[in-house]
Amino acid sequence: MDIFLQQIINGLVQGSIYALVALGYTMVYGIMGLINFAHGEVVMIGTLVTITVAGLLIKVGMPVALAGLAGLIAAILCCMALGWGLERIAYRPLRNAPRLTPLITAIGMSIVLQNLAMIIWGRNYLTFPPLLPKMDFEFAGANFTLVQVVIVLVSAATMGGLLFLVYRTKLGMAMRATSQNPAVASLMGVNINRVIAAAFVIGSALGAVAGVMVGTYYEIAHYQMGFMLGLKAFTAAVLGGIGNLAGAMLGGVLLGLIEALGAGYIGDLTGGFLGSHYQDIFAFVVLIVVLMFKPSGLFGEKTGDRA
Amino acid sequence: MLEVTGLHVAYGGIQAVRSITFHVKEGELVALIGANGAGKTSTLKAIARVIDAVGGDVHFCGEKISRLPPHDIIRKGIALVPEGRGVFPRLTVAENLAMGAFVRDDKAGIANDIEKMYAYFPRLKERETQLAGTLSGGEQQMLAIGRALMSRPKLLLLDEPSMGLAPIMVQKIFEVVRAVAAEGMTTLLIEQNAKLALEVSQRAYVMESGEVTLNGESAQLLNDPKVRAAYLGE
Ligand SMILES: Nc1ncnc2c1ncn2[C@@H]1O[C@H](COP(=O)(O)OP(=O)(O)O)[C@@H](O)[C@H]1O
Ligand SMILES: [Mg+2]
Repeated sequence: MDIFLQQIINGLVQGSIYALVALGYTMVYGIMGLINFAHGEVVMIGTLVTITVAGLLIKVGMPVALAGLAGLIAAILCCMALGWGLERIAYRPLRNAPRLTPLITAIGMSIVLQNLAMIIWGRNYLTFPPLLPKMDFEFAGANFTLVQVVIVLVSAATMGGLLFLVYRTKLGMAMRATSQNPAVASLMGVNINRVIAAAFVIGSALGAVAGVMVGTYYEIAHYQMGFMLGLKAFTAAVLGGIGNLAGAMLGGVLLGLIEALGAGYIGDLTGGFLGSHYQDIFAFVVLIVVLMFKPSGLFGEKTGDRA
Repeated sequence: MLEVTGLHVAYGGIQAVRSITFHVKEGELVALIGANGAGKTSTLKAIARVIDAVGGDVHFCGEKISRLPPHDIIRKGIALVPEGRGVFPRLTVAENLAMGAFVRDDKAGIANDIEKMYAYFPRLKERETQLAGTLSGGEQQMLAIGRALMSRPKLLLLDEPSMGLAPIMVQKIFEVVRAVAAEGMTTLLIEQNAKLALEVSQRAYVMESGEVTLNGESAQLLNDPKVRAAYLGE
């Protein structure tokens, strides 16, 4: 029973990170039907920028909390600029190309960004500066840390902010209208290019927040870390129904829970044959099962609901 | 007010509109009629800049608009009700109307105009919070017209508002089209239903295979034997 609650907590934390990253995939897909495979790399760059900026500020004597905040803001700004640039330089020229072309470009951009990060930050693992005090809590026999609490709260608040933007502001309404019928949205006066750019920029900002949380959680970062994280977040988006915001959130949390529970019980289930380090297989089992039996995901409609 | 000169539209090798010229004066309700495939929708789309014309010019209130990006057309005062309605299916009725006022910033005026649309189409008021995709075809047409009027256009372009609707719905929608025109809205109406279009309009152009073949007072065209034979099923 203890391990169950413990894994629920771990899954919730991991899941809220997946959810934030998954939103970046789903927003872009919802607006323009593109799977931006470079999104995981945007998250990675957010983590590495924070290491550099917060690390430097701590070294020159700034209080850790302030340095962390500055690192977060720097990561958000860098990732927003990166998302904007990706759309502008890599994808916009391909707007009317066959669907496969921008997809291959996205994979190409992901490789370009990885190599760029390797040149800037090197090949080695980097230590993420501890931005939050170490504090442990106990609840019904399960343990959790302050970092875990902050991750869940920050990602819930960020997602709340996104929902407010999309469902309560004029820009959000224009984004929803554009995803449903771009030609008619432009007749209403919506500049489609701006809405698409906004989807990239907002998705990248969410990715930056996720990147900082990943760094804080694992205390380590690397130029290749965006690959697996991106793939899992993409799985989460597909699980929820790609293009659907609520789907990405739910899919992320669900995937986190499946992985954590899977990792917790895989040893017992296989009689010790497979250990918890096999937890990565769960994401891909989920992806394959969803694609086989319900490719439109939990929230997706047959026509592909694009929120 | 609207001057179309030598407008030419092609899709690859298909010549959809071959150099047509026509105009709409302020306060007029002008009809553009013709059989399916004559090039009516292509003409409207080119005016609204949803598609690029191959040649020709469009002037509106003396200004050349045929090179503007599509999202600037409504800012000049032209609103298009597209063929097949084009409502945003997963926005509510109220949100669709608000989208029509996307280029406006006067909150009070917008709220006022939304009520005005509900007065034109009480059915929309009843469906206010429903997703537009759940409305019937006729209700969607009402919504598309209301949405276009929400921008307070100087010129309203209507692409086959009667398409696929029951006669009673068509009647309701045309009552509003008439009322809006009577209040002074300059309107260009496209219709396959020639009788209906000629009855509500003052002037009309007849299109055939991408060209204007006839034009004149609607009342006269209604009595023209050629028109009667080709478009009124006599
Ligand atoms: N997107 C398109 N691609 C290729 N041909 C088209 C397209 N849209 C219309 N056409 C062709 O252009 C011609 C005019 O079509 P359209 O303007 O829709 O006529 P109407 O509105 O009078 O029925 C038709 O021959 C039609 O097949
Ligand atoms: Mg047509």
